[in-house]
Amino acid sequence: MTRTDPTPTIAPSETQQAMLELRHLNKTFSPSVVPVKDLSLSVKRGEFLTLLGPSGCGKSTVLRMIAGLEQPTKGQVLIQGEDVTHKPPGDRNISMVFQSYALYPHMTVADNIASALKLRKIPEEEVRQRLREVSHFLGLEALMERKPSKLSGGQRQRVAVARALVRRPSVFLLDEPLSNLDALLRENVRAELKQLFESQQAPVVYVTHDQTEAMTLSTKVAVLNDGNLQQLDAPHQIYAEPANQFVAGFVGSPQMNFLTLPCEAGAARLGDRSFPLPPPLSHARQVILGIRPEHVRRAQPGDTYTFEGKIFLVENLGMHYLVSVHIQATQQTTYTLRLLLPSDATWEGDSLQIALPPETIHWFDAETGSAVRQ
Amino acid sequence: MTSNSAPARPPVTHKIDVIVQRDRQIGWMLTIPALLLLIAVFAYPIGLAVWQSFITKNLGTELQPQFSGIQNYIRMAQDGRFWQSLWNSVVFTTLSIIIEFLLGLGIALVLNQAFRGRNIVRTIAILPWALPTALIALAWTWIFNDQFGVVNDLLLRLRIIDSGINWLGNPTLAMVAVIIADVWKTTPFISILLLAGLQSIPDDLYEAHRIDGANAWQSFWQITLPLLLPQVVIALVFRFAQAFGIFDLIAVMTGGGPGGATEMVSLYIYSTVMRYLDFGYGSALVVVTFLLLVLAVAIAAYLLSRVRGSAQATDAR
Ligand SMILES: Nc1ncnc2c1ncn2[C@@H]1O[C@H](COP(=O)(O)OP(=O)(O)OP(=O)(O)O)[C@@H](O)[C@H]1O
Ligand SMILES: [Mg+2]
Repeated sequence: MTRTDPTPTIAPSETQQAMLELRHLNKTFSPSVVPVKDLSLSVKRGEFLTLLGPSGCGKSTVLRMIAGLEQPTKGQVLIQGEDVTHKPPGDRNISMVFQSYALYPHMTVADNIASALKLRKIPEEEVRQRLREVSHFLGLEALMERKPSKLSGGQRQRVAVARALVRRPSVFLLDEPLSNLDALLRENVRAELKQLFESQQAPVVYVTHDQTEAMTLSTKVAVLNDGNLQQLDAPHQIYAEPANQFVAGFVGSPQMNFLTLPCEAGAARLGDRSFPLPPPLSHARQVILGIRPEHVRRAQPGDTYTFEGKIFLVENLGMHYLVSVHIQATQQTTYTLRLLLPSDATWEGDSLQIALPPETIHWFDAETGSAVRQ
Repeated sequence: MTSNSAPARPPVTHKIDVIVQRDRQIGWMLTIPALLLLIAVFAYPIGLAVWQSFITKNLGTELQPQFSGIQNYIRMAQDGRFWQSLWNSVVFTTLSIIIEFLLGLGIALVLNQAFRGRNIVRTIAILPWALPTALIALAWTWIFNDQFGVVNDLLLRLRIIDSGINWLGNPTLAMVAVIIADVWKTTPFISILLLAGLQSIPDDLYEAHRIDGANAWQSFWQITLPLLLPQVVIALVFRFAQAFGIFDLIAVMTGGGPGGATEMVSLYIYSTVMRYLDFGYGSALVVVTFLLLVLAVAIAAYLLSRVRGSAQATDAR
């Protein structure tokens, strides 16, 4: 896919300029409802930023503040360096795809897509030209005269994307655009969206609570929780180096194992093994060990940190078995651990020798939850 | 089944499947009682009126029916009082519907906004519609009374006039007064109907339109009105039928006076049949009025179907 219109060559200084910048954004609906506490971030040309977080964490609120549908209680929104905090949505040169698509039910597909252009009094010839381009680009030619009620869910989604694209905005905003599609279609459309926005220069802010979407689409992921930014990083870093226990638990499926271990003399104890702790944790009395199920393996000769696990649940995921085991650490304490085994794995009885490779272990401060690196 | 089918296509079966057939049978069985009722209360009286309109049956014939062909219709064509009452009905209906619609739409738009105490205001707003018309008519008669009425009192105090106006005694002002009373009573009906329509329009359409660059005025014309069209049609058709057949309000407030200035078709028919006991001619009046009403509704429906064909407001989600 290529852009049909020639993009103006970009001066190096312009490439560096943030297309979108949020400064200390806060939204307080009422003293007890503060979905966004203090959010600052910036998005550059060509970037694809995903706001990821559990339901109700304020993702849509952030997007709506960028769009101008919601007035921030505090802070500023800058688009191409210009403070637009107090500008109406129509003057911000952004376009948005709604979760519901928000297609105008009484207008044809063509009128839906052209609505913004007509409202901006763009000459009719150019409107027609742009409609042709975008409908060709998204394969909507045959649907242009239909009403939204006569379209399938996937086609409506495409129309909503077309309506955003035709604007050639400074920033694209998308609020869970895939959540109304069935699982198979969602995967296809996800791949399409990725290609489509890679061919656009304008950055994208994409809201989702689906980590697969976040990981596959984004160049940057902002994990939000409790109204705060938990981590802002490239997807692989979010996965490999989560900043805290929340991010570690939220990203990755099946979820990371967390074991709260007692410590003494700078080492954490699990049964008869002790793990040396990174220096900042040397005086901690408790620490949280995190390890992903895909990193736990069966013990091999030469492994140091091996344990005997009692299997109490086996779930067949198709490609893998998800095996849940108990580890008897002391007389009183048992830990639960989940691990992935290949689908051809076999074992006898309900006991399994497992190993925790030390290089895959994450350590978290038991009090603050923040990650502490080696 | 394959799409590139073999040359010998299976014969098309005309047999309706059993389930559909049973559904239809049950459907008929369930609707027949209602149909019989409809025939009894609508078709029978209309049929009777048509039959009687070709008959002369009045005090002159000592209330004995005498077949007289289209005599009643010829008489009607020359009956100035009939044409006057028809004109009064048209004026009353047109003016009161237009005013009610504009006011009702305005009120609905206000009530659709979230504000403190909205529910109370909404309840108060439909009260006039819930009150019996005869009572309201009495109240308005007093309000427009030339000596003790509130309207004259207010105008006198504001020094707009210096002697009481005889509202219900002046042909033009009497029409104004009954229209005001009718508007007061039925605006709530329109506003509640339109409010229900407004509330069914999702907020995100307005948000998307704002992002598209529309202002409130443009959103009203491009989103609100087209999507409200079904409710507008229902409101207008209902109100048209009601206003054209208005009886109680006028009967109590002016009795059709002064000098027939507010005599509507319904009042004239009532007088013909019940006061002058002219059953044949009264039936002819009913038939013509009925046909005119049907014609008006048909024209309205045709025009609206054309409008809606180009701007259909239906189940898009
Ligand atoms: N207009 C409003 N008035 C009061 N509270 C609101 C309003 N809009 C949102 N909230 C609250 O703000 C919080 C965040 O809402 P938001 O819609 O941003 O969540 P979200 O992260 O998008 O969730 P989801 O994934 O379910 O869409 C919620 O607790 C919600 O109840
Ligand atoms: Mg949301």
